[in-house]
Amino acid sequence: MRTICTLVALSCLLAACSHQENAAQSQNDASFESKLQQQLLDAKPGSVIDIPAGRYVLKRGLSLRTNGVTLRGAGMDKTVLSFKGQIVGPEGLLVNADDFTIENLAIEDTMGDALKINQGRNITIHGVRIEWTDGPKSTNGAYGLYPVKTQNVLVEDSVVIGASDAGIYVGQSNNIVVRRNRAEQNVAGIEIENSVNADVYDNIATKNTGGILVFNMPNLSQAGHATRVFHNKVFDNNTANFAKKGAAVASVPAGSGVVVNSNDKVEIFDNDIADNQTANVIISSYFSTNYYNKLGVAADYNPYPKGIYVYSNRFKGGGNAPDGLKLKTLKAAVYGINGSFPDVLWDGYVDSKEQVPPNDRICVQDASGVLNADGPHGYKNPSTDAKPFQCSLPKLPPVTLNPEPKV
Amino acid sequence: MPITLRARGWVLLMALLCLTACHRDMQPVAFHDEGYPPKLSDWHVVEARDGVLQLNQGVVPYELNTPLFTDYAHKLRTIWMPKGVSAHYSPTDTFDFPVGTIISKTFFYPLPKSEARNATDVARTYDTSRDFAAPGQGLKLANVHMIETRLLVRRKDGWVAIPYVWNADQSDALLARTGDVQALTLVSDDGGHENFNYVVPDQSQCASCHARDWTTRALQPIGPKARHLNRDYRYADGDENQLVHLLRVGYLTGAPAPAAAPRNANWSDTHASLDARARAYLDINCGHCHNPRGAANTTGLTLDIDTPEDRHIGICKPPTAAGQGTGDHLFDIVPGHPDDSIVPYRLGSAEPGTMMPEIGRSTVHKEGLALIKAWIAVQSGDCMVLH
Repeated sequence: MRTICTLVALSCLLAACSHQENAAQSQNDASFESKLQQQLLDAKPGSVIDIPAGRYVLKRGLSLRTNGVTLRGAGMDKTVLSFKGQIVGPEGLLVNADDFTIENLAIEDTMGDALKINQGRNITIHGVRIEWTDGPKSTNGAYGLYPVKTQNVLVEDSVVIGASDAGIYVGQSNNIVVRRNRAEQNVAGIEIENSVNADVYDNIATKNTGGILVFNMPNLSQAGHATRVFHNKVFDNNTANFAKKGAAVASVPAGSGVVVNSNDKVEIFDNDIADNQTANVIISSYFSTNYYNKLGVAADYNPYPKGIYVYSNRFKGGGNAPDGLKLKTLKAAVYGINGSFPDVLWDGYVDSKEQVPPNDRICVQDASGVLNADGPHGYKNPSTDAKPFQCSLPKLPPVTLNPEPKV
Repeated sequence: MPITLRARGWVLLMALLCLTACHRDMQPVAFHDEGYPPKLSDWHVVEARDGVLQLNQGVVPYELNTPLFTDYAHKLRTIWMPKGVSAHYSPTDTFDFPVGTIISKTFFYPLPKSEARNATDVARTYDTSRDFAAPGQGLKLANVHMIETRLLVRRKDGWVAIPYVWNADQSDALLARTGDVQALTLVSDDGGHENFNYVVPDQSQCASCHARDWTTRALQPIGPKARHLNRDYRYADGDENQLVHLLRVGYLTGAPAPAAAPRNANWSDTHASLDARARAYLDINCGHCHNPRGAANTTGLTLDIDTPEDRHIGICKPPTAAGQGTGDHLFDIVPGHPDDSIVPYRLGSAEPGTMMPEIGRSTVHKEGLALIKAWIAVQSGDCMVLH
């Protein structure tokens, strides 16, 4: 009898809990939400939707499908759209439109991605703050600022905190500028993935698991190449990896500064990179992610990083406490218990089918050294010989946004 | 004995007369070529009259072999076209419908058998036997709780989606461009209760599923394709294949005989193969985004009916942007291991940001999930990682 009573009480409790609509949304917030939805529905090319200062609690993901719309708040700390307790997602705001500008507002605590722009050209994100306010948690939304399949994209003067995948993630896009942003306490601070022609500069990436990532994933619409990462501050990215397993960034060791994985023609220069405890720069192949398998990966996928050029950076510290037993063991074996990895760590995978053409080499200058970790043989024969990396590569041209953003 | 028979005949005749009379009372279907009329009844497609959600003259109901799951809601789908025009058949895509076409989809629930009508409790059941006033007719309002009616209207510049939400006294549905959230409770035949938020999408979210191509962004109906429609429907004058019926009433041209048209399986038909049922389920529930041109073509995962059963459908495929939606699993589908696969993990979630489909449900479709797990469980293959 007692068991039955307990069961009944328990099921009532569970039922009550699953009534999520009970989470607080004031009448003001509810009418704000439906007014904003209506404005997004009624927007015409050229419309500017001004959101006054205030903190608004929204229950439902927003979407916009009209070209030429500007969404503008009163400041990233003044106009706050909070999705805490969101019942309909998946994003905070989903945009499928061209000539879109969003500026001077904050989006907080979305269940899924905060701002996703899926297919569009001429996208400007300026002065936007994205934040998961409980700090790093694997249940936080995956991406903060997330333009994907976009052309001519500017992300600037924005802040992203707490994304369980990448804070600023530009995927499968072309012609990209990411500048003057701050990415903090994300798994990946800034990630450029399968994208072509990206300039990433004047950003601060700190307290992430990995600071700035340039990746190529298999099976997607295009392979990425031509990214310049320069004049950024990338330091103290030592937060334990809090991505769910299976996510591409789940393979990133805590303490990674700038990471290139399977991407080509990446130039890393004039950055201040410091105190990233696995390594200040990691250059790796898809083999090191532990996802590469024959059935699931397109045969024409290129898993090797080719044409990577690291020079004129200012390095400090780092490499002293790598993440994971394998890397710890490797460090101790090569540099001793109290030693450190050099500034650049390379997993050592090369496309053995061909003699590496000069422009596909990995060239490193002005660094304390390069460790070839010998990943293909389970780190058995690592090499500290820096000679193979003493070379230079043709420099990439700057990215020009055309048309120039209005902001 | 003869008297009884005759009496029964009279009842039938009266019923038929009434239905005809009811049609006669309804104004002709009104195609609005612009704007958003404030009431569903402004269109005169379906109307609540005399205890029945009546279908107007020329409004043809239809069903799909395998439907989209929407929190166990039942659905009444109809199609209407102006006189003198018709849709053109396609073996693969949505039929090419003429300007003036109005497609309606009414979402409703049967009432729980054991309870008096109240504002929140609805039945969780696949039994449709109490839904209809008579074969081929509209819904018996005493037995159902009406939620929403969505219209897809083919205007000169393309399809427009217009959502209407039924009012409390169930007399009409009102324009709801910003959608709605209703707290409801699903009541099973065995008395089980599950509270959930029924979410009516806002007008912009309609495109999340109905824009099959996110570059052109044009809306399209999803259901009216040959493979979904190729089945029988119980019309007022008997059972007939829906493609044959649409041809006969002049709404369709160019269709081959049903045997020559593609046909998806009914997901719950245990006589069909597991593979055919699972593929039909993924096609209608996922394929509108997960196709080579759709919203989810950013993921490299395609789930529509034409997808080969290899990495394209997720076999050993690493996720692209699943984020927390991986549930700590490495691949979309691990053959033989449904509990290690991301696809069933996301079908089994009701959390925004984790669940798939991303919108359109707040509950888990247990029976659909079981089907996909069973399908993965019998697959063979190995996602052995290369180093």
